[in-house]
Amino acid sequence: MPAQPPLLTACIQGIGLLGPGLADWVSGARIIAGEEAYSPQPTALPAPEGLPAAERRRTGATVKLALGAAQQAVAAAGIDPGGLPAVFSSSGGDGLICHEICETLASADRQVSPTRFHNSVHNAAAGYWSLATGATAASTALCAYDASFAAGLLEALALVSVDRVPVLLCAYETNYPEPLRAKRPLPEPFAMALILAPAPTPATRSRLTARLCATATAADRLPEPGLEALRTAMPAARSLPLLRLLARRERGEAVLDYTDGQRLVVEVGECR
Amino acid sequence: MTALVLRQFTATSCIGRGLGATLESLRAQRSGLAPCAFETVDLETHIGEVPGVDDVQLPAPLQRFNCRNNRLAQLGMAEDGFEEAVAASAGRWGRRRVGLFLGTSTSGMLETEIAYRQRDPQTGALPAGFDYAGTHNTYSLAAYVHEVLGLEGPSAVVSSACSSSAKVFGSARRMIAAGLIDAAVVGGVDSLCLTTLYGFHSLQLVSRGPCRPFDIGRDGISIGEAAAFALIERAPDSLDGDAVLLLGVGESSDAYHMSSPHPEGRGAQAAMLQALGGAGLTAEDIDYINLHGTGTPSNDSAEGKAVAAVFAKRERAVAASSTKGATGHALGAAGALEAVICALALRHGLLPGSANTRQVAPSLGFEYLCANRERPIARALSNSFGFGGSNCTLVLGRAG
Repeated sequence: MPAQPPLLTACIQGIGLLGPGLADWVSGARIIAGEEAYSPQPTALPAPEGLPAAERRRTGATVKLALGAAQQAVAAAGIDPGGLPAVFSSSGGDGLICHEICETLASADRQVSPTRFHNSVHNAAAGYWSLATGATAASTALCAYDASFAAGLLEALALVSVDRVPVLLCAYETNYPEPLRAKRPLPEPFAMALILAPAPTPATRSRLTARLCATATAADRLPEPGLEALRTAMPAARSLPLLRLLARRERGEAVLDYTDGQRLVVEVGECR
Repeated sequence: MTALVLRQFTATSCIGRGLGATLESLRAQRSGLAPCAFETVDLETHIGEVPGVDDVQLPAPLQRFNCRNNRLAQLGMAEDGFEEAVAASAGRWGRRRVGLFLGTSTSGMLETEIAYRQRDPQTGALPAGFDYAGTHNTYSLAAYVHEVLGLEGPSAVVSSACSSSAKVFGSARRMIAAGLIDAAVVGGVDSLCLTTLYGFHSLQLVSRGPCRPFDIGRDGISIGEAAAFALIERAPDSLDGDAVLLLGVGESSDAYHMSSPHPEGRGAQAAMLQALGGAGLTAEDIDYINLHGTGTPSNDSAEGKAVAAVFAKRERAVAASSTKGATGHALGAAGALEAVICALALRHGLLPGSANTRQVAPSLGFEYLCANRERPIARALSNSFGFGGSNCTLVLGRAG
């Protein structure tokens, strides 16, 4: 048995959000908190900041989505991204590029586009993030299928708790075109980002503490049906019960989906 | 960092199935690279194909995971008593206290590539039997291994291209240090597919012949495939002298280019220095470096400069080699495969010479081994670098 219970905790210094009808965290928080009605619109993707023009032209929807959420969180935290380790987590990576490469490989001419190939790696968003910000700290790119958000949060909290450094967490998901869409239906791009730090600063909003819980109890649901549909459809939106606590500035716990036999219980409190 | 022990480890690649065959091939400096006759690939290149992968049968209840990558994972896990060692660890700590962190770049991509040739001519639909979650998704590897090993702890796939299965050691180290788990299965499995063969070809990074790492005339990589695993735990107070420890992990980003390394190996230097610092060691303490050494002109040049810079102050040049001339570049499995090769080097006092390298590039600033050297060593360092400028260095050592 462990000598002491695991202590996975961090102060939240910034939040980023992009999704259908959720243009950014400031306006999205009012909707998630239930203060304003939710009206889904196609996700608006901002042009990535900081990339040289040649690199910016090579980025598709997936990189724009991830970088957009990450840049919001960094701006809210007022932190220099250059020294920030980053955890990117996504179930599918870039679905459009994967489809295009498979189509090419199934055709008579198998010449794959070199740019498409190097953009097909699961860590493309992490790579472009370091190009855009000059960040030379460690970055990682995770996948845990529908548990990708919880897996990313655990990785980020372990980094904060063990290495005692601020960390960027970005969970993001775009969608596939047909025919993969029929096998993996993902409705609309969704991304969220957090800046997590070992100690509070003036930008600190709340303290987040997480623990694993061996249970088959269902994860928390959202009262708003449109947001609940988003939560179950998009792996990165499994974060919504946590975002709701943060949006309502409430202390309390949220149960998030993780693996079959385990849930991730996150507790939001004041940061002192 | 607190040292962790590699309780058990295993590797399967084109040079052999399991540790015994791998060691024998390394001793003989045998390369597993051969002209490409894989699937329907019509490229003039050499590859490191693992024989017998398609003969592997997955357990009946796990057929939804059936793809080349998971067959290779099954082949690899069955060697060296690895599954039994994990079962013992789960018994010791509890199934929920054993984590699983695996690296792959393309997972079961080959299955999807084949499914795209079998689309319904009317509707364009993929075949009904195609299982996205079990084969295509990047996580399918860990989902399959999780089932086979009966684990219930934290689980994730790291997919940061060719550094993936080195970085899993870092994830496991942090989760153990945070007290979330007591042990972890780490490793990497990547298998041949058309995406990587044609993709690296399109970037003009593939050699026609067998790759020749650090050769003056090197002209690209040879793509391989591998399954390599290690079971790591907190090191107990007393250990057998032969035990292999994970001493340090360094991770960095180049912030330079998506598919080319920083020319001076800036990120590579940072990763090596961080790994040494975490281990409480200096460059003087390293006896052997297993280089990333892919055999492309730019990788080997950048890595060579980085190693020369980090090891510049040593009195005697450090011995180094790439084993990719033997195994090929196993991409997302390379980090774990080469960590296991370092573990074999430590356990058996074998510094493997570089297969296929004929004339070593001049003035490297370290001693590049073309022939095997047999001498006891205490500590080894392994480099893994990937697209997106993702770098990871591991430091391993003997317990005694």
